[in-house]
Amino acid sequence: MSANNNTQVGWFRSGTPWVWISAGAVSISLVMVFGLLLLIAARGLGYFWPADVVAMDYTERDGTEIRVMGEQRETELVPLERLVDAGYQLENHQGDVERHLLKIGNRDLYGMDFRSVIEPDVKNRTTPDGVVVIERHEWGNFYGFLGAVKEAGVVVAEGDAARAELESRLERSLILHDEIKHIEKVEIGAVNYQLERLRLKQRKLELSNSFDAQHEQEIAAERAEEEQRYGVLQKKLTDLYSEINRDSVIVNSAGAREIEIDLAKIVRIYRPNEMGYGDKLQHYFSKLWEFLSDDPREANTEGGIFPAIFGTVLMVILMAILVTPFGVVAAIYLREYAKQGPVTRVIRIAVNNLAGVPSVVYGVFGLGFFVYFLGGNLDALFFPEAAPAPTFGTPGILWSSLTLAILTLPVVIVATEEGLSRIPLAVREGSLALGATKAETLWRIVIPMASPALMTGLILAVARAAGEVAPLMLVGVVKLAPSMPLDGNFPFLHLDRKFMHLGFHIYDVGFQSPNVEAARPLVYATALLLVLVIVVLNLAAISIRNRLRAKYQAG
Amino acid sequence: MNDSREKRHAIDMSALGRSHAGLSLDNEEIAINVNSLKLFYDDKQAINGVNMRIPKNRVTAFIGPSGCGKSTLLRCFNRMNDLIDGCRIEGEVTIDGENIYGKAVDVVDLRRRVGMVFQKPNPFPKSIYENVAYGLRLQGIKDRRVLDEVIERSLKGAALWEEVKDRLHESGMGLSGGQQQRLVIARAIAVEPHVLLLDEPASALDPISTLKLEELIYELKEKYTIVIVTHNMQQAARVSDYTAFMFMGDQVEFSDTDTLFTNPREKRTEDYITGRYG
Repeated sequence: MSANNNTQVGWFRSGTPWVWISAGAVSISLVMVFGLLLLIAARGLGYFWPADVVAMDYTERDGTEIRVMGEQRETELVPLERLVDAGYQLENHQGDVERHLLKIGNRDLYGMDFRSVIEPDVKNRTTPDGVVVIERHEWGNFYGFLGAVKEAGVVVAEGDAARAELESRLERSLILHDEIKHIEKVEIGAVNYQLERLRLKQRKLELSNSFDAQHEQEIAAERAEEEQRYGVLQKKLTDLYSEINRDSVIVNSAGAREIEIDLAKIVRIYRPNEMGYGDKLQHYFSKLWEFLSDDPREANTEGGIFPAIFGTVLMVILMAILVTPFGVVAAIYLREYAKQGPVTRVIRIAVNNLAGVPSVVYGVFGLGFFVYFLGGNLDALFFPEAAPAPTFGTPGILWSSLTLAILTLPVVIVATEEGLSRIPLAVREGSLALGATKAETLWRIVIPMASPALMTGLILAVARAAGEVAPLMLVGVVKLAPSMPLDGNFPFLHLDRKFMHLGFHIYDVGFQSPNVEAARPLVYATALLLVLVIVVLNLAAISIRNRLRAKYQAG
Repeated sequence: MNDSREKRHAIDMSALGRSHAGLSLDNEEIAINVNSLKLFYDDKQAINGVNMRIPKNRVTAFIGPSGCGKSTLLRCFNRMNDLIDGCRIEGEVTIDGENIYGKAVDVVDLRRRVGMVFQKPNPFPKSIYENVAYGLRLQGIKDRRVLDEVIERSLKGAALWEEVKDRLHESGMGLSGGQQQRLVIARAIAVEPHVLLLDEPASALDPISTLKLEELIYELKEKYTIVIVTHNMQQAARVSDYTAFMFMGDQVEFSDTDTLFTNPREKRTEDYITGRYG
């Protein structure tokens, strides 16, 4: 044997290769995690940046020359053969061809927001001054040039004067729009809620055969009051609508087609080609804020996702409130009171295996047991007046939280048991020796000391529950919820309502959207937000755990 | 300290003069009376019929090799063995004239009367104040004045007051090992037990803490009947008035400490204290 061979054997024996392999595995995992976050962050966050609008002369496949204008979203290299097969005339060209995806907007004119152009057919690429981008409540963005501002059908300003005029008038219409939205959603919503409550009250009295003249009078009086309030609001709305519909603006598209847009339909007007870096940054953050704080528009492809964020967080918090006492009590019984033996071992195995059941199965269980059985019976017992419309007998946030609570129960039980088993016997005996009963020892000493482990279980549960979508589709999540599960109408928290969820929102926007190209960046942005929401929820739980740990640190 | 040593010596000398053949407890009031006590773990017998009278306001030490049953015997006095599955007890232990294994005995109340300090300091993860208050709060005492007073008295009784009086609301886990053990003693005496059981209380402590603890034990016997289990024969000789030597579940010899160490009756005792086994 040579000396060389011996050193090789020694190198293997020393364990150095294993250190390298394990370090490699760790770094690959890290690279993957950060790569993933970076990818969704880059794709998602770029969406809010106001890109320059480019205008170009473009020769179509059939030889017609048109002028297109829009934001350049993506560029990719396409093999020549594929384009030739598709009918493009590219005789003098060699190699791969650049293809751009342009957001041209103006869906009302062109029927689509996006189109692709290939580089060889582009001529005269410019970023013209004076381009306005108009974000609208309907039909998506408009890209074009400002013509004139009209009030009640009469032109009041044209050309450069129109710019300043437009700005002040837009501000006015936005204020009016907010006012209308508030009246429609909050105030009329409240009136409707009260009217529905009165209807149910009357129905309930009728069902119990105690609906007499006095009740009738009372209810009629209340109803009249609500209806009067409604009348006032309706009148106010009519006025506001006529106010907001006063102004409109004439704009020209790149192809020199002229259209008139009501100011009432405009969300925002900006001129990306004239904006400096600072302006763009400001615009970026205002868009980002809108995304975080606003309701969705246009089949979820525009606007914000606030209801989904809110729904996700509320559902997870409800889940945590439900699962914690349940799991802790079960763990205490299993570890502290049940006689350790084959039966507890079987129960433990069963609990551990519950964690491995596919989540959609829990969804099916939730639908069958919670929604139809429990909810149906609750309705029959407590809400007969609402029949045949279901109250709890339909998917809702309560059933979603309960389903997820069951889904995450094993995690909490296992973690709590683990924590309980780690409390030293010496401390328990110390308490018992002072004349504490077993229950007192548990409540005063053991559970506080095990609470960090309990929090660990809860952290794992929250992480799992916040990302779960499949079961929720069966028990309560919807594409667009008409009202939030928490609002200003008594009793404020409406556990029977359906809600929106970030995870489902990703699925919906990504797969069910009529406007795929527009939705794609939103999928990334929403995914990033979902990750952030989970991180924030976890950080909150971790900070609580650390505080508990410092407080009950075992020597 | 010197003073206390001399005093103890005087007691020891008189005991030495009095009894040569067997032990006379005629002048002592009896706190714990053990009557043919047998203890089984499932089928294995760990204590084989012990008879013993433990005098009041004295320190009684249990010595013997590991596994001889001395800790188990100690834990019979506050029924800590009840917590062990498969543990069965025959015979009688009478404390304050009541058989603690009787049917009508309230174990919780018994443990209030018979305090216990364990081998490893086991303060609760609470403040020093709350550690001492624990037993009182269990009894439903909420009055801040009463609590303050008892806590000060207990900490003084455990010779810890001077060291912790400025940080009563800091965690008890932050104290040194010796301080923790004295905190545990303070916690035990706060509920005013009649008997204090010490299960190898100094085995996890350094020599200086051990010395302090031994002095404390000497002071505590004024008020409490103390039973101490120890591995350390010098410690037994230093702190105790009476000593029981146990071997393989048998009580081999029970005598006043000086007799046992200077003139043991039994061959097995002599072998043990001269270091032939154990």
